[in-house]
Amino acid sequence: MTASAAPQQRIKAKKRPGDQIFSGSTVFAGSLILVILAAVAIFLIAESLPAFTASADDIGIEAGNFWTYVGPLVFGTLWAAALALLMALPVAIGIALFISHYAPRRVASTLGYIIDLLAAVPSVVFGLWGIKVLAPLVLPAYDWLNTNLGWFPLFSGQVSGTGRTILTVAIVLAVMILPIITAICREVFLQTPRLHEEAALALGATRWEMIQTAVLPFGRPGIISAAMLGLGRALGETMAVAMVLSPSVIVSFFLLTSQNPTTIAANIALNFPEAHDIGINVLLATGLVLFVITFAVNAVARIVINRRKAFSGAN
Amino acid sequence: MTTITAPASLTSGRLPRYSALGILLASWVIVGIVFLLLMMSGAMGEFSLVGTIFFGTILYAVAIGVLSMIVEGSRQARDRLMTALVLSAFILALLPLISLLWTTISAGLPRFDITFFSQSMRNVVGDQPGGALHAIVGTLLVTGAATIISVPIGLLTAIYLVEYGRGRLARAITFLIDVMTGIPSIVAGLFAFALFALLFDSPGIRFGIGGSVALSVLMIPTVVRSCEEMLKLVPNELREASYALGVPKWLTISKVVLPTSIAGITTGIMLAISRVIGETAPLLIIAGFTQSMNYDLFKERMMTLPVFVYTQYANPGSDPQINLDRAWAGALTLILIVMVLNLLARLIARVFAPKIAR
Repeated sequence: MTASAAPQQRIKAKKRPGDQIFSGSTVFAGSLILVILAAVAIFLIAESLPAFTASADDIGIEAGNFWTYVGPLVFGTLWAAALALLMALPVAIGIALFISHYAPRRVASTLGYIIDLLAAVPSVVFGLWGIKVLAPLVLPAYDWLNTNLGWFPLFSGQVSGTGRTILTVAIVLAVMILPIITAICREVFLQTPRLHEEAALALGATRWEMIQTAVLPFGRPGIISAAMLGLGRALGETMAVAMVLSPSVIVSFFLLTSQNPTTIAANIALNFPEAHDIGINVLLATGLVLFVITFAVNAVARIVINRRKAFSGAN
Repeated sequence: MTTITAPASLTSGRLPRYSALGILLASWVIVGIVFLLLMMSGAMGEFSLVGTIFFGTILYAVAIGVLSMIVEGSRQARDRLMTALVLSAFILALLPLISLLWTTISAGLPRFDITFFSQSMRNVVGDQPGGALHAIVGTLLVTGAATIISVPIGLLTAIYLVEYGRGRLARAITFLIDVMTGIPSIVAGLFAFALFALLFDSPGIRFGIGGSVALSVLMIPTVVRSCEEMLKLVPNELREASYALGVPKWLTISKVVLPTSIAGITTGIMLAISRVIGETAPLLIIAGFTQSMNYDLFKERMMTLPVFVYTQYANPGSDPQINLDRAWAGALTLILIVMVLNLLARLIARVFAPKIAR
């Protein structure tokens, strides 16, 4: 084999230093994301290790270990988030349908923007609103629920006199997660194939029957992942819960009493400023538990979304 | 032989065209009148607009369902009912937004004065007014530093994902960015705390830059996401034209791709700032709270506006109303900042949008 006979080697682009530096720095920035996420996990684990072996005395509970402390908190977190999701999901689907299929085309994007405004309101303002406006407002409704539907376990018990119950918290959380669920559902509903919709209408379906047969089945994976992203938001929401709820560390399903299970995030926010020594480690460890839960929920949601690549309009 | 009776006209068996709108307005008025009567008879404290709209909309859904069932039959009735429900869902979501904005404005205005923006809370006791200057300065410093940290990282990552990344690393980054958007803000605060407490070996550490780091963790994913979307919008023809002229890749990106998408990128960054500027929990943990001015990000506790609102609410003095007024004024300032950022961002996006021939 001689050099002249062989076909010319592939021409390689000139390696300019500018190119190398630039692409190098973008790769560095990209990898930094991985490093940051790993660092979040590593530093949280490192700081929470002492908590896992702490005695009941150090944690400030009567008996048991870290896990008996964090158990009710996990329950409260999941319970509040689930209630919020239960209230927010139907409303969000309704809003998304309204914007995508009912409202006049010309105003639809403005309406979407109005809903997005809800997402822009800082959570501390939601907390202030929840305690000063919403809690007194819903109090009569709670009394009514308790007297008339008190036989239903969720509504039984002594009604709280302040309205600072887990149900109020769930309403505030529901309002807060509405925008994200709406945004994703809207994207998905808009992607319904035009032909499916027109075929349904041509067969004589009413608008609702068209939505039932064409839009909702097409959008189901999108709705599921939107719900899970909303759940993730609700799980980690701190200030609204910390300000509205009158907390206690218990497991209780009653919605209207003044004895409410608190959430991990709210518990940290309320106790962190005064915590010291091992108490800090314990709170950090509960934060780690929250991180693991939300990471899992979000990861599953994203995997469901990514299965159908088109639904990328999360943000 | 059966006789087929033809309908009188095409519109028989249908409700009149604007009946839905009419019924909605009518039911709002009816409920309003009922509430007014209740108020006059003394059964209800004051007239509630929110309640009127809420119950009026429910009445509308029931009324149109029943009417349509009688006139149009069950299928149409279900359609009408669902339309009513979908509309109610939208109105239901508007109620808290209106109520929240209204309360914040009306409760925040009494203390929205010069003193509020020119004084700190240092040595403020009793019924002295006091102000939030220290908190506003702190918010600007902490958020500014967070922006300086996250914009380069976010923008470069977006460039990597759009222009360079193809393989497994790019896929991993995309996935983790998505997951990172869901990190609870308080976990970001705990991370910053754990990081600096270990680095400086001081378990009670509180300073401003820690807050910036925490906010960056929350901000980077949103910056990456929006920049990525914007870079993807730049047509490939522009890149190819540049390459054909012999321009190196890095100059193509920095001189062609970035200028084309700069408006969208600015919008995305401003929206990201408005997202983190209202974060309370991480700053409560790592930046702490204080009553005095502090211009140094790297030393001592630093007050921020959201934490100011929270502490004014949570630690009331002898007259809670004074603190509450301050809290609402702070909330109003915060909402104004966020709204202005949002509107400016949309405006930039609309005015400077790249004029690409489709």
